[in-house]
Amino acid sequence: MTREKNPLVGVLALQGAFREHVAALERLGAATREVRQLKDLDGIDAMVIPGGESTTMGKLLVDLGIMEPLRARIEGGMPVYGSCAGLILLCRHIEGSAQPRLGVLDATVRRNAFGRQVDSFEADLHIPELGPEPMPAVFIRAPVILSTGPGVKALARVEMDGAERAVAVREGRILATSFHPELTPDTRFHRYFLDICKGAV
Amino acid sequence: MKKGEHGERGTIRLKTGLAEMLKGGVIMDVTTPEQAKIAEEAGACAVMALERVPADIRAAGGVARMADPSIVKRIMEVVSIPVMAKARIGHFVEAHILEALGVDYIDESEVLTPADDRYHIDKFKFTVPFVCGCRNLGEALRRIGEGAAMIRTKGEPGTGNVVEAVRHCRMVMDQIRMLCAIREDEVPNFAKEIDAPLELCYIVRKEGRLPVVNFAAGGIATPADAALMMQLGCDGVFVGSGIFKSGDPAKRARAIVQAVTNYKDYKLLAEISCDLGEPMVGIEISEIPQEQRMQERGW
Repeated sequence: MTREKNPLVGVLALQGAFREHVAALERLGAATREVRQLKDLDGIDAMVIPGGESTTMGKLLVDLGIMEPLRARIEGGMPVYGSCAGLILLCRHIEGSAQPRLGVLDATVRRNAFGRQVDSFEADLHIPELGPEPMPAVFIRAPVILSTGPGVKALARVEMDGAERAVAVREGRILATSFHPELTPDTRFHRYFLDICKGAV
Repeated sequence: MKKGEHGERGTIRLKTGLAEMLKGGVIMDVTTPEQAKIAEEAGACAVMALERVPADIRAAGGVARMADPSIVKRIMEVVSIPVMAKARIGHFVEAHILEALGVDYIDESEVLTPADDRYHIDKFKFTVPFVCGCRNLGEALRRIGEGAAMIRTKGEPGTGNVVEAVRHCRMVMDQIRMLCAIREDEVPNFAKEIDAPLELCYIVRKEGRLPVVNFAAGGIATPADAALMMQLGCDGVFVGSGIFKSGDPAKRARAIVQAVTNYKDYKLLAEISCDLGEPMVGIEISEIPQEQRMQERGW
């Protein structure tokens, strides 16, 4: 792992659980900046899109003029990690919805795939990239990935209606999870993202 | 806690976690599917499904109860964002009915007429999470001690007057600062004085904040009101009558959503506050007789 440059990670702070992502990244020694306006994009090396409401964040990204410049930065190679609503915003196709999105991840997502809040759940996931120890995962009105393009790798899956559905994926420097690592003390997923930022994995 | 198909359901982390996802957002009162769509399109992070908004409940008088389930169901069908609904204080059967309907959050609310004069709902018994109102730290911690996963100020609902929400928010924040500043051996007496569970007082003292998300509610009518509550330290806002009792609900809703995100940018706040149409008509608190103040309900 190279150590020359500590990346400045922007955390989209329009709405949702951005504070928890900032805390997780800072526990790992990363520099962070809350992104609320277009000018906040200047100088950041990577971006985290937190959980929250994807329709709210999508609307604010458009209203505040951040959507297009952010998409251009990601298409230009800036690493990005989205959890839950962040995953939805990254996906190219959202089942049954025309809501605004970045659409940079070659995948189709289903929102609220497990049902309503009473169906939200916690489970331990096996994620080979993070080592043998299972990862505690918090799924809150969570989405799942229904299908992906050839360049997308599934990092973790959950069985649903008799099929294995991806709940963590990576396509190059784009990383996305259905669940919320920022709500647990386990920082291995954020470490994995920082390693992607540094070109280490 | 229940074992579901995929894992543990109804855990504290899932209940408080959904509230974490609502932070920095606006939860809007709606009474019809059309209003719910307007709220979602304006960027609401959740809606509160009601039969009548607080201003109309106040005007109608009489006993206010849980909404007709068909209204809640119709609203759940048209939006993809979380749907909340209100149950009367202490009315655990109304709450179980709302849980059976599949609402995402229950507000055990003083806006409705209390059903029990001694006991709030035992909220730990439910898979669905609860939000409750408070006027001070003791009340907030009593509700959390009963299982509330999210707290809001009571304010004075249906007035379009932000003064009570400000008072309750400042009171909570003042008492948290006080709890953090006193000597360790003074904490038990502090807990006794504010009538709060001692173990929760130690948690607040350690974290310097409430252990759950805290929203502002009760009288917020303008983008400036919303930004004020955010600057006072709230995590987000509920807007009740303020939107659909105003002249141009869609525009006002959108402006309040932006104000909650960029609550310190006065140039932007000036821009989005322009030409919003008529705000709801406000009520001066001193003109409301003591027994008609909703904030006095619950304890």
